[in-house]
Amino acid sequence: MKSLSSVIAGFLRGLGAPVSGALIGLGQITRFLFALLAASGTCLRRPGLVVREMYFIGVLSLVIILVSALFVGMVLGLQMYETLQRFGSGDVVGMVVALALVRELGPVLAALLIASRAGSALTAEIGLMRATEQLSAMEMMAIQPLSRVVAPRFWAGFLSVPLLTSVFNVVGIYGSYLVAVEGLGVDAGTFWSQMQNAVDFRIDVVNGIIKSFFFGAAIMLIAVYQGYQAAPTAAGVAMATTQTVVRSALVILGMDFMLTAFMFTGLGS
Amino acid sequence: MKRQTLDLWVGLFVALGIVATAFLSLQVANITTLGGGPVYTVYGEFENVGGLKVRAPVKSAGVTVGRVSDIRYDGDLHKAVVAVALDTNYQFSTDSSMSILTSGILGEQYIGIQGGSDTEMLQEDDVIWLTSSALVLENMIGQFLFSKAAEESDSGSTKQE
Repeated sequence: MKSLSSVIAGFLRGLGAPVSGALIGLGQITRFLFALLAASGTCLRRPGLVVREMYFIGVLSLVIILVSALFVGMVLGLQMYETLQRFGSGDVVGMVVALALVRELGPVLAALLIASRAGSALTAEIGLMRATEQLSAMEMMAIQPLSRVVAPRFWAGFLSVPLLTSVFNVVGIYGSYLVAVEGLGVDAGTFWSQMQNAVDFRIDVVNGIIKSFFFGAAIMLIAVYQGYQAAPTAAGVAMATTQTVVRSALVILGMDFMLTAFMFTGLGS
Repeated sequence: MKRQTLDLWVGLFVALGIVATAFLSLQVANITTLGGGPVYTVYGEFENVGGLKVRAPVKSAGVTVGRVSDIRYDGDLHKAVVAVALDTNYQFSTDSSMSILTSGILGEQYIGIQGGSDTEMLQEDDVIWLTSSALVLENMIGQFLFSKAAEESDSGSTKQE
């Protein structure tokens, strides 16, 4: 008699390759996550490894984060002011921009930018190490590639994303300040006081930072996983890099909806 | 790249991130006036709270002295019970009155407290008895039309005489 689990497995396979393939992929990435966490002890013993990767993931992403945030903030300020002015309430532009950035746009846009700027680079780097058999060479020397190569990159990214998100929020708010106060003549005092009245530290700022930790973990896990299991060919690395960006973007946006629903619903009453 | 240069850049990056978070908490969210000071809670019963929201400010003479912490409906009284967390720095007498007022262009509603003359001060869990409800525009228009109609029928009847 067939056991229940084999019946369920047979049913899932019967649904076709897309479904069973997706489930197998999900199972593999979970297994990979636990292997990664188990191999993370090295990062504590050799923090230099993490610092080095934080330079490549965090510091080198600063420029794109700063420039994008400035323009996102400026455009938000401009659009919001134009629309709010119709109702005679252009003064609240600071509050609207700050809430939008701190709650949603900051974490999401920063995560998308980091996924494309740093996540893809991580995948390509690890994928090429696999393709050129550097990872196998490490294993030959009894060095675990998971703890020496993968884990430091994961943790460096995990720590960098929230920091970059905070920088993104601040620069975005400054961008809207430039447009609204310096450009359109909103009163500076009103701009800040409206913002301070509406933005709550625990609900808005802390939840935004929690979001960015989730995004950081998701992006970095996808990036290192895609690189680690990439087919060891030029085409394989190219495909893995593409997959990293596509999947990161989808996961970030999907996760953002769930986290928002979890964090911010039921607050309005 | 030399190790020291690397450390310098990463240190700068981390410092920048921490400064940004501090800026968000202090300048954007204004943690200094919102956060954790000691508060005491008093209650008020209202016929109608209108659009009052939890976390709405409580003001006295225009100064924010606390926040609305909870709004419930009491089925026995058929009234809304509003819990208000007041800063312990501000003391109000037991005969103070609360009213729901509207400020600003977007019609944000807040609670105004008017101090009384009693020497006894409000304590934790006290109830403020003197309350006036939010103005509901529909009711006002209804009353206005009603009184207008009453006036007209009055003047109509005097003419007939």
